[in-house]
Amino acid sequence: MSKTLVQARINGEEVAFVCEPNQTLLEVLRNTLGLTGTKEGCSNGNCGACNVILDGVLVNSCLVLAVEVAGKSVTTVEGIAGPNGLHPIQQKFLEHAALQCGICTPGFIVAAKALLDHNPHPTEEEARRWLAGNLCRCTGYDKIVRAVLAAAEVLQAAPAT
Amino acid sequence: MSGENQSVEQPTYRVVGTRPIRPDGVDKVTGRAIFGADVRLSGMLYGRVLRSPHAHARIKSIDTSAAEALPGVKAVITGRDFPDPQNKVAASGEGTVNLRSLAHNCIARDKVLYFGHAVAAVAATTPNLAEEALKLIRVEYEPLPVVLDVLEAMRPDAPLLHEDLRTNEMGQRSERPSNVANHTRHERGDVEKAFAEAAVVVEREFRTSMVHQGYIEPQNGTVLWNADGQISVWCSTQAPFDERSQIAEILDVPVSKIKLTPAEIGGGFGGKLSVYLEPLAAMLSKKAGHKPVQMVMNRAEVLAATGPTSGSCIRVKMGADRNGCIVAAQAWMAYEAGAFPGSPVDAGAGVIFAPYRIPNVRIDAYDVVVNKPRAGAYRAPGGTNAAFASESVIDELAEQLGIDPLEFRILNGAKEGDRRADGPVYRRIGFIEAAQAAQAHPHYSAPLAPSRLDPTGKNPAIKRGRGVAAGFWFNWGGKSSAWASLNPDGTVSLIEGSPDIGGSRASIAMQLAESLGVRFEDVKPAVVDTDSVGYNDATGGSRVTFGTGWVAYRLGQKLKQQLKERAALLWDVSPEQVQVEAGMFSCNGHRITIQELAAKMHETGGPIVAGDTFESEEYGPGFGVHIVDLEVDTETGKVQILRYTAAQDVGRAIHPSYVEGQLQGGVAQGIGWALNEEYVYDADGHLLNASFLDYRIPTALDLPMIDTVLVEVPNPGHPYGVRGVGETPIVPPAGAVANAIYHATGVRMTTLPMSPARILEALGKV
Repeated sequence: MSKTLVQARINGEEVAFVCEPNQTLLEVLRNTLGLTGTKEGCSNGNCGACNVILDGVLVNSCLVLAVEVAGKSVTTVEGIAGPNGLHPIQQKFLEHAALQCGICTPGFIVAAKALLDHNPHPTEEEARRWLAGNLCRCTGYDKIVRAVLAAAEVLQAAPAT
Repeated sequence: MSGENQSVEQPTYRVVGTRPIRPDGVDKVTGRAIFGADVRLSGMLYGRVLRSPHAHARIKSIDTSAAEALPGVKAVITGRDFPDPQNKVAASGEGTVNLRSLAHNCIARDKVLYFGHAVAAVAATTPNLAEEALKLIRVEYEPLPVVLDVLEAMRPDAPLLHEDLRTNEMGQRSERPSNVANHTRHERGDVEKAFAEAAVVVEREFRTSMVHQGYIEPQNGTVLWNADGQISVWCSTQAPFDERSQIAEILDVPVSKIKLTPAEIGGGFGGKLSVYLEPLAAMLSKKAGHKPVQMVMNRAEVLAATGPTSGSCIRVKMGADRNGCIVAAQAWMAYEAGAFPGSPVDAGAGVIFAPYRIPNVRIDAYDVVVNKPRAGAYRAPGGTNAAFASESVIDELAEQLGIDPLEFRILNGAKEGDRRADGPVYRRIGFIEAAQAAQAHPHYSAPLAPSRLDPTGKNPAIKRGRGVAAGFWFNWGGKSSAWASLNPDGTVSLIEGSPDIGGSRASIAMQLAESLGVRFEDVKPAVVDTDSVGYNDATGGSRVTFGTGWVAYRLGQKLKQQLKERAALLWDVSPEQVQVEAGMFSCNGHRITIQELAAKMHETGGPIVAGDTFESEEYGPGFGVHIVDLEVDTETGKVQILRYTAAQDVGRAIHPSYVEGQLQGGVAQGIGWALNEEYVYDADGHLLNASFLDYRIPTALDLPMIDTVLVEVPNPGHPYGVRGVGETPIVPPAGAVANAIYHATGVRMTTLPMSPARILEALGKV
């Protein structure tokens, strides 16, 4: 199968990679670029573990072909923390014990980032609706929702750069 | 926080009961933590499995030549590449596993026994190439009759899965082959007489479907069978040492040839106690010329071919006298084991009447094979099925007697000294305290929670109701080993062998910190491979914070003793004279901190290291009582959970946030089991819903906040009073939801899941 050269911006860096046309963005992130923070839970868009932000839009990277990101900007979980440390969403996940096993956590962190970028002051209902594309089997979502709402409060007081 | 603590006594602890940030937290929120599928080795190949399209068939031939000829394919294996282990039973989590069954489950030999059963496997240079190669393998099958339902499988004329399987009929081996692997009976008193004399008797039959643990991380295994015969395994497992033994038996190599490194594990709930891919990856690695091979299941494989828990048929009959005392209880329980014997029906028999003091009891438990995947453990294995049945019947008894359902449970509740229906006598337990905590919770006296489906409250089709139910789990102690060594700055490195599946690095490190008298931040825990620490039983059975915590406590005491000896040496006194308080050692006006002693350790005798191993049988069972408010849309059959409260005797909450999390997570899984989750097969045994779209687990939108009440009745068998907490909370929800649906609609649901279609059917609307 012929391969394609793709140039994209990933977590703020210009990146070039070669992929086959049937490879997903998830495969390229994990296997070609070594960004294994993005997780594979179902491979068909139902669990959100592979969530990334593609040009400002929350997507399941298992449903995006790698060739589709040419010229676009991708943010993975590895790109959420800032130069000075954890993003408030990450910090609140830790303080609220919003993870148990941690496999769904990267997807939730990325989804929460997209939520708060889009809607800085979500209600509990809005947060639950937005996060309904991310499955967590450990927590029952209680502490996740609380962590996201708490992060929104922190960001309201001092927006992250 | 959402929860509250109710403690019968509150000793002063500095670390226990606080809520520090977990040591592995930063790696897990930044994507840096290495889970099994994240392992990357040089020259790594990718393996895929060819799976049976039939639920029951004889394998007549397998031709792998075309797959082997595909460029990039490095190895192809079938069942013929493996030795055939004897029937031998080994430990697996709280239960046991027959190694021959396990070997045949990993890869079929002569017969496939369920849809998705592994038949062959390929290793190639890319995952896609391995997938392509699978299509080139030709398998000739002779399809056989299929049996999927537990009651049909018990019939004498049912198709047989195993021609050599005989029923173990209470210790006697049956003459005829059967799908019934085992029948156990527990009996006490005279149930017939007691039922004849009872004022009220309720009897019902319940059915539940096979359901999956639903961990988000698929099974995986990365194996290098090196040229020197050493086998290195990286995988996500709850049981590194047990899986090491399983792999050794299946490959017929000495256990010392295998080093298993447990990666971070993305959920297990009992589903990651035994191997699926690891032996295949090992054999592929050997055959491919000692190259590492990584295998990762996709979601369809996880659902079709790992170890879900049993569907079941349970008949419960209970009777009470006019005063509301339960006088007799009888249960007939048949559980689907899947393709090989070993359902959790015996555990279900222990759970079914556990919270109650009942003088006359009979329980019959049947383990039955069917053409479905081999059942694995799932959080309180067998318990949710059982409690759904018994807690529904108890609710009905209370109603017929006109007694409040919580009051009825307290009236009949088991206490210290009472004997459980299946034998053991309870030590100090907290069922009554948990039930009273639920009764006293504002939820129980509040009006029903407001509707979400009908905010205006004007739709007569929306019916709301409240239900309660109780649950029990045995818990487990098991064996743990660990090491602790003092660093020159006074911190402690803790080496443990219990995979951290939900924050146990924190709860174990906290117990060492408390015991030694240092800060939580001064303990650095690490979970290591099977060559680097002594044997540890599985992370399961709700045992790690109890059992490995016990070892951490003992390590703290051992380090403290060594530090006293060092201080004594410095001051020329005897170690018994040295006093210690919160990390400060003193004697005759001398004072020295742990940090100062650590800095002097090489002048006072060298490294300070402690190792220990321990097993305690005094693990202390757990009891929970749950309250749920819900609404039923009687037009669509949809059920919406409105409010949920879980009270549980947790012994002592070491890290309350993670204890609350265990309760909340168990409740969420229980609600999924109650309302949506089920394996759907066609008549030929093809699984029809092998995806997270069609096998629907609860989302954030399906659940409310889940309130918790941590009732602390300290376990006398643990230095800090710990009881296991993880499994009990999945036991009550199905019963509580069923009882709430009854109180909303007047209809008793007796089949799980209580999906919209089943609700409408029960309401007579379809």
